[in-house]
Amino acid sequence: MKKNKLVFMLSLVLVLALVVTGCASGSKNESGANNNEFRINLASEPPTLDPAQATDQVSFTVINAIYEGLTIIDENGNVQPGIAEKWDVSEDGKTYTFTIRSDAKWNNGDPITAHDFEFSWKRALDPKLVPKPSQYAYQMYYIEGAEAYNTGSGSVDDVKIKATDDHTLVVTLNAPTVYFESLLSTAIYFPVHQSVTENEAFAAAADTMITNGPFTMTEWKRNTSIVLEPSESYYARNDIKFAKVSFTMVNDSNSELNMYETGKLDYAGYPTGALPTDQFASLKEKYPNEFQIKGTASLYYYLINTTEAPFTNEKIRQALSLSIDRAAITEKVTLGGQIPAYGLVPPGIKGVEDEYRNEVDDNYFQEDLELAKQLLAEGLAEEGLTELPAFSLTFNTNELHQKVAEAVVDMWSNNLGVNAQIGNEEWGVFLDNRTAMNYQVARAGWGADYNDPISFIGLFTSKSGNNNTGYANVEYDALVSQVDQSTDAAERVRLMAEAEKMIIDSHSIIPIYYYSTVYLMKPDVKGVYVDYKGDVIFTRGYYEAEAE
Amino acid sequence: MVAYIPFFQHDMEVYKQLVRYVIKKILFMLLSLFVLASATFFLMKAIPGNPFQSEKNIPPAIQQMLMERYGFDQPLWKQYITYIGNLLQFDLGTSMKQQYVTVESVIKNGFAYSMQLGVLAILVSIVVGVLLGLVAALNHRKFLDGFTIFIAVLGVSIPNFVVASALQYIFGVQLRWFNVTGLYGPLDYVLPVIALSFLPTAFIARLTRSSMLEVLSADYIKTARSKGLSGRVILVKHALRNAILPVVTYVGPMTANIITGSVIVEQIFGIGGLGKDFVSSITNRDYTLIMGLTLFYAVILMIARLITDVAYGFVDPRIKLTGGKGGS
Repeated sequence: MKKNKLVFMLSLVLVLALVVTGCASGSKNESGANNNEFRINLASEPPTLDPAQATDQVSFTVINAIYEGLTIIDENGNVQPGIAEKWDVSEDGKTYTFTIRSDAKWNNGDPITAHDFEFSWKRALDPKLVPKPSQYAYQMYYIEGAEAYNTGSGSVDDVKIKATDDHTLVVTLNAPTVYFESLLSTAIYFPVHQSVTENEAFAAAADTMITNGPFTMTEWKRNTSIVLEPSESYYARNDIKFAKVSFTMVNDSNSELNMYETGKLDYAGYPTGALPTDQFASLKEKYPNEFQIKGTASLYYYLINTTEAPFTNEKIRQALSLSIDRAAITEKVTLGGQIPAYGLVPPGIKGVEDEYRNEVDDNYFQEDLELAKQLLAEGLAEEGLTELPAFSLTFNTNELHQKVAEAVVDMWSNNLGVNAQIGNEEWGVFLDNRTAMNYQVARAGWGADYNDPISFIGLFTSKSGNNNTGYANVEYDALVSQVDQSTDAAERVRLMAEAEKMIIDSHSIIPIYYYSTVYLMKPDVKGVYVDYKGDVIFTRGYYEAEAE
Repeated sequence: MVAYIPFFQHDMEVYKQLVRYVIKKILFMLLSLFVLASATFFLMKAIPGNPFQSEKNIPPAIQQMLMERYGFDQPLWKQYITYIGNLLQFDLGTSMKQQYVTVESVIKNGFAYSMQLGVLAILVSIVVGVLLGLVAALNHRKFLDGFTIFIAVLGVSIPNFVVASALQYIFGVQLRWFNVTGLYGPLDYVLPVIALSFLPTAFIARLTRSSMLEVLSADYIKTARSKGLSGRVILVKHALRNAILPVVTYVGPMTANIITGSVIVEQIFGIGGLGKDFVSSITNRDYTLIMGLTLFYAVILMIARLITDVAYGFVDPRIKLTGGKGGS
């Protein structure tokens, strides 16, 4: 009896101790400010940290912090000098001469030279690159000779990238490309140390990685965590305030939110993680100073297969587009601060002076039920039909896509009496079918590759591999090639607006909304932002208390 | 039939039988693995898509280079022969998505977590399950019995992701007793292990209870009681030993289930186990990883089956009667 009592008391004490310590540690670690540590979640393991090989946002998020290109993009989407302190552009807009900072260093202390860039860019274009050719090498095809070398028909010697001395890099382009400077801030143009030829697997572990960015990777536990610390040899070391950036790898939106709420994360949500969509509204109320919505330069849209009857008929396509209540979708279905879209180019993309979308209004069409009904009737009559045959709206398996598709199909049914089915497909299957034009109406999404409207306008040329609608218009192609040849900002915007109107008026695509990025961030974190294309940038972040 | 064979000779016979049985099973396993490897290979190749796909299509020339680099431009039978050839040399290859990461190291890293959690969950299930079952049986038709049955029904009917989320919310977010994710210290194992062992514990409790009830009413227990043996001796030496047999046979499939089925629990608690890789490998069309993990899981399942079969042979009442008990 006595013994039992003792055991009972002991357990009680243990449990109490647990409760007390548990509570204490919970409230102490509310923010990473104590250790000056920024903690953020990645929904998956970065498949690679070799800038020439990366293709996904998780990899880019880490790469952007540990490498730096010739230019960087600031919070407002403007190009700023990075490893290049300045550059000159020739009169014809085709030749760029970059001057590399004399104080730029790799994290092993070696100076960064123009030769490193020549080496790295040619490496990214190398068709024999191991373990595989770069998937994003085509982002370098603007450089003279690049495409020929990359596709095996030209020599590396004809690629017009030349380091004339340690600090001067001369690059010649095929055509003037006004967004080339913006492109230089993307991973494919980042430098890698020349010693990588001895160890092509350098980017697979923290201890073999030689990088040149604001941060250095100090730890990489597969599928578990990544730790970054400021690089002591970075030229702007004093601008880097976080003592540590820690990534966890949790692929569950509820768990991520729970981590944030228990003070294990300083940033939760998109683009690297996720928050439960159904809790957006309550989170906004609960954390008014922490819940953030940032418009993102990406478009959510539906493709119409214009090669298949009856969708060959423009009026029928138009009827489908005009009968969708986009505001209802963003306000009642997606709930993440998305903006109804009536154009192709999202906000956040530069125009002449301001954002393109502010300079060129996207009022190409308006939702109009009466007109939609009338157009449908006319279109059907033209096709010799009495009613629209049942068709399917296909999307890749995803809760949000499903909700949007259900809402749209419902609107078509109620507004036009049209019978459409929704069909979800596994990602790979979906992409295959879409590329093979084996669909009727399909979901699509597009994000900016660089800060210029042509990143979107260029999609619908007849040669584009991402057109997928069957839309082919010589006038459109001509406009796009005129844009490509021009260096005059105002003229380019005018031409692009003309092209945009043309593709939207053809109703080959149904724009639904412009994306937004939703996240929670602790209120004392400053200088961390989501950029125009939806990447989270934390390299210049700091904690408020520390700055005072 | 075999009752008159001298004891040692009989024992040899049993072991020979056992060895023959195991060899036969292993050969059969190898054959099954081969069939499985082939079927998975062709099924995987039959699904549309490839490892280099994304929302943004890459130019056909680059796509072509990638296909050539990995030999996907070869006829399927050639790819199959290369694959089987590598397999015979125990070469599972390198992941196509995670660069320079061998399938072997993915398995090593991931399985370490799955294994730790799995073994703990199995131990917890057996100990707690048997104890609960015992308590219930000994308190037959009393409150504790009803209560245990209630818990057991709950355990069997609530899926483990609900259990995991609920545990995380109650003990992680509300009470803050544990970290919500990660495996940083011993305490972090508590919630995932409970979530993983919830169902098997309930199942074992029910198994133990019903077989215990059956055994307790058997004649030999009544005999033992009438001989005046103490309650504890009867319970441990006679009743429990026999009542636990069905539990032993369940341990095999349970082990396989827990170790291979921890996917969702690992996801919720942010544990970098093998389940995570298995699911993503399919979405990514990471062919080498799909094949490697499928085969690995198959081997685990088959070994668990084999152990169960052998254990079953050992605890089979016939062998018990003619062998073990014959001596005493």
